[in-house]
Amino acid sequence: MAIEIWQNLAVLELPDVIHGPTSIFSPDGTPAHSVFGLSMLVLGITLSIFLIVGGLLLYALIRYRHRPTDINAAHEPAQIYGSNQIELSWTVVPILIVVMLFLATARVIYTTEHAPKPAEALDVTVIGHQFWWEYRYPKYGIVTANELHIPVSDRKHPTPTYLTMSSADTNHSFWVPRLAGKMDVIPNKINTMWIDPSVPGLYLGQCAQFCGAQHAKMLLRVYADSPAEFDAWIAHQKQPPVQPSLQDASVAEGQAVFLHNACISCHTIAGTVATGRFGPNLTHLASRDTFASGSVPNRPENIRAFVSDPAHFKPGALMPAMHLNDHDLDVVTAYLTTLK
Amino acid sequence: MSQIAVIPHNANEVWKLPSRGVVGMACLILAEATIFLIFVVAYVYYIGKSLNGPTPRDVLTLPIFATVCLLSSSLTVHLAVATLHAGKRAMCSFWLAATILLGGIFLGNTAFEWHHLIYHDGLSIRTNLFGTTFYSLVGLHATHVIVGLLMLSLALLFSLRGDITGKRSERLEVLSLYWHFVDGVWVVVFLVVYVLGR
Amino acid sequence: MATQTPVTAILDETTMIAPRSTALQVLHDWLTTVDHKKIGLMYIGYALLFIVIAGFEALLMRVQLAIPNNTFVSPQVFNRLFTMHGTTMIFFVAMPVLLGFGNYLIPLMIGARDMAFPRLNAFSFWVSAFGGLLLYFSYFGGSGLYGAGSAPDVGWWAYAPLTAKAFSPGHSTDYWTLAILLSGVGSIGTALNIVATAICMRCPGMKLSRMPLLVWVYLVMSLMIFVTISPLTAAQIMLMLDRYMGSHFFDTQAGGSAVLWMHFFWIFGHPEVYVLIMPAFAFANEIIPVFSRKAIFGYPAMVAATVGIGFVSLSVWAHHMFTVGMGPGANTFFVLSSMAVGVPTGIKIFNWLATIWGGKIHFTTSMMFAIGFLFQFLLAGLTGIMLAVAPFDWQLGNSYFVVAHFHYVIVGGILFMLFSAFYYWYPKMTGRMLSEKLGKWHFWLFLIGFHVTFDLMHIPGILGMPRRVYTYEADRGWMMWNLLVSSGAVVQTIGVLVFVYNLIWSYFKGPVAGADPWDAWTLEWSTASPPPSYNFAVIPSVESRRPLWDLKHPEDSDSHYE
Repeated sequence: MAIEIWQNLAVLELPDVIHGPTSIFSPDGTPAHSVFGLSMLVLGITLSIFLIVGGLLLYALIRYRHRPTDINAAHEPAQIYGSNQIELSWTVVPILIVVMLFLATARVIYTTEHAPKPAEALDVTVIGHQFWWEYRYPKYGIVTANELHIPVSDRKHPTPTYLTMSSADTNHSFWVPRLAGKMDVIPNKINTMWIDPSVPGLYLGQCAQFCGAQHAKMLLRVYADSPAEFDAWIAHQKQPPVQPSLQDASVAEGQAVFLHNACISCHTIAGTVATGRFGPNLTHLASRDTFASGSVPNRPENIRAFVSDPAHFKPGALMPAMHLNDHDLDVVTAYLTTLK
Repeated sequence: MSQIAVIPHNANEVWKLPSRGVVGMACLILAEATIFLIFVVAYVYYIGKSLNGPTPRDVLTLPIFATVCLLSSSLTVHLAVATLHAGKRAMCSFWLAATILLGGIFLGNTAFEWHHLIYHDGLSIRTNLFGTTFYSLVGLHATHVIVGLLMLSLALLFSLRGDITGKRSERLEVLSLYWHFVDGVWVVVFLVVYVLGR
Repeated sequence: MATQTPVTAILDETTMIAPRSTALQVLHDWLTTVDHKKIGLMYIGYALLFIVIAGFEALLMRVQLAIPNNTFVSPQVFNRLFTMHGTTMIFFVAMPVLLGFGNYLIPLMIGARDMAFPRLNAFSFWVSAFGGLLLYFSYFGGSGLYGAGSAPDVGWWAYAPLTAKAFSPGHSTDYWTLAILLSGVGSIGTALNIVATAICMRCPGMKLSRMPLLVWVYLVMSLMIFVTISPLTAAQIMLMLDRYMGSHFFDTQAGGSAVLWMHFFWIFGHPEVYVLIMPAFAFANEIIPVFSRKAIFGYPAMVAATVGIGFVSLSVWAHHMFTVGMGPGANTFFVLSSMAVGVPTGIKIFNWLATIWGGKIHFTTSMMFAIGFLFQFLLAGLTGIMLAVAPFDWQLGNSYFVVAHFHYVIVGGILFMLFSAFYYWYPKMTGRMLSEKLGKWHFWLFLIGFHVTFDLMHIPGILGMPRRVYTYEADRGWMMWNLLVSSGAVVQTIGVLVFVYNLIWSYFKGPVAGADPWDAWTLEWSTASPPPSYNFAVIPSVESRRPLWDLKHPEDSDSHYE
């Protein structure tokens, strides 16, 4: 109860600077909202404590400063060694505050971590890699990378998305602040979390556990689609990619270059011999807004530069520079941009 | 306040504080016990989590005789200290020698056990999680036994030379505390590795 | 009641008559010394050297982060910088400087002539010092001596499996492991020494109930070191076995657990924070009463709170792991224990407040730093409560809010109190007062710089900025805050430079201090400044907690009240 009241109060008063594309104080979705409400309660209590104790301290510093002009300046003040009553009271009051805070906290922990899973929930498997995200939709047989599409969730007919997470290498952490708190993505351990944005749109975040050289550019993009958009996206992703048209010689040549280089040992393109899993799945690369884990806009010149030397955008990324000549770079770029 | 003030010693009061050797050893034992605790936790946490064999049930046998030897060496080191306090220096040397012998038997037994495990059962520290935790926990304990035996041998040497007198007799007491600790740890290791983990 | 009359000690004047020794003799003297005061000073000097290095690393990081997509340093270099900054500050600045003060002060405050085990003391110092040198040697030899150097880059908590050979080839992680192992051995040795000294070396009359609070707090802190540093030592041994012998403790490919390392590390890591803050409490317990001219309020409660913090802090470690997926049961438990530690901490703050209340406060530089400590530690404790609320931590954990929180504890709490201790005990250590004028400049510059940097640093965390990123996107609204944070770091640097200048200038030109410049009450002020190598010509005996108060106020001595 108290949490909801605080939440309503706080939304009115928070200054604008505290909102932003990744602000924890611009929540959307149940988990982020319940954390937000609790955090407002905690902020209120801690602020009150600070004002009271800090105020007393300030008062004492001014009131009891040494005044050389005082008649008794040369004398020591009265020595007081302690008082059991006073000490007992400032032990008991903090204990009461702790108990109250603890109960409010425990409630949010259980309602978030023990929330019943509705039958309509969407399951997505999240696999963290150095330094990108793999998303698998077991129900639809879809594998994609770096851009997570989920349906918006209506409060009346909730369709939350449940993420089942693990890591292929080091520790990562999935953090989209506006949707939910973070959950670590750990090798040899399976974690789950759920998100249910109510407003369609793009939600940003990034890896929140140091995972190696390019931890900083392991960005997260979650697209909350309307039900119709989401169904269309699923239908599109289920199709194999468009086969390169034989009329366009450069695309066909680009495919040949791709399939005859080391690309195929790390990348998958459905319907071809490229079945590697070390790097992102490229089947529908061209349908994404960004690549390189959300850090580079998906434009042909960027793809060309990335294939030529990934370190140009992401120094420390695990993809090696491919050492292709200019012609091969052009045709591979032409091929990759057709993978709609 | 340029004058240097010192409050004179009050000679009437008896002022006795604990021995720093004993306190220091107690601290060391606390720190060491925590290190062992972490290794025991790792052992227990990984029981049954190995991805491949051999398992403890396949290869471990109860080291009953070695355990009896090590535990009785606690008694002999205690007797060494007690006889030293009673002024019987020859007996003290005898009991120290007995302690070293019993500890040596224990260590030899561990060596044979490891040899068998490595060359017969093919279990090394790299084999699986059991190998990793087993060799590190038992090995950590064996390292402590080795250190204890070296110290006891030095003590025996001094004892035979008749050097353990007066203040030095306290050092033997401190050493005996360490040895008791090493024995106590073995009880835990034995229970965890050979009873619980099997 | 024994009669107590102040007498002038018979001083050994040989040191004053002795001819000036050569530089080589001085060097030999310091390298081979087992005197607790010299070892203490070496600890402090060593820490000051490393604080300059680690502070410089922090400055480089702040330059890199001042604007988004900066290319001042590469990601690899940035990762090394924060790893080295954190490791250095914790293990080779905070630990040595605090153990150094303890080493210097404890025998003096309990009326002893040295620590219980002087040679162990020297050993512990040199082992720790060697650890620090080894860590920094990695800048040259981290990839083997043939290649280019590479310092450790796995972060100061070095989560598995990033530390495995597969992800951290080369030797930089080995240097990190060994350095910390050695530092841990040194810390355990010194802690053992402190416990034995406090228990076995007290002067006649100094029962445990009369021991200065500083010594009490150091005693509890040292006992904590045994049960906190040891898990780290054990975990480092396991990591070394993994890296050298191919064992699988933290090898997730062979069924090993990454989470186990987290538990082991934080069983060390969180109590370690209390190990570090305790000496700050210890200094405050001595300095605040003297400059308020009042006895500490609630001595028994202060001791009880210290012991309480010691115990409770052993059960809070997994609040660093609320996002690891421990499940609601474990999360709830660690919420409760983490909040519970706030109760004894609160008692301490209230007792300091009550000590000031009704006193006559002298605003010396030392006291001003102590007051800064009180306010900032209060705030740091309150942001700590926020982070203890697990759901709040799901959002804030591993963000810049956490970085701001623990820098508030370590800089705003520990470092402020450490500066206070420098201004308070420097006269005892050198015989000269630190300049108050420079001190005030130091205080205000550092205070302003501190608040600009670390108050504002909370905000990018709330706006979703994770820690340990070498750069960030321009569209997140983090730039203004980062720019301000970086500018505050520059102001802090200037403040520290003033302090260093003060340390050097005052050593030669500062006013002569005399034995007891602050009109204080504990035994270290009863001997000369700097104290002779034997500390006390005659071993003192005490009747109360404040022997020098009794001496100065025989009509109203403390021993009447105890």
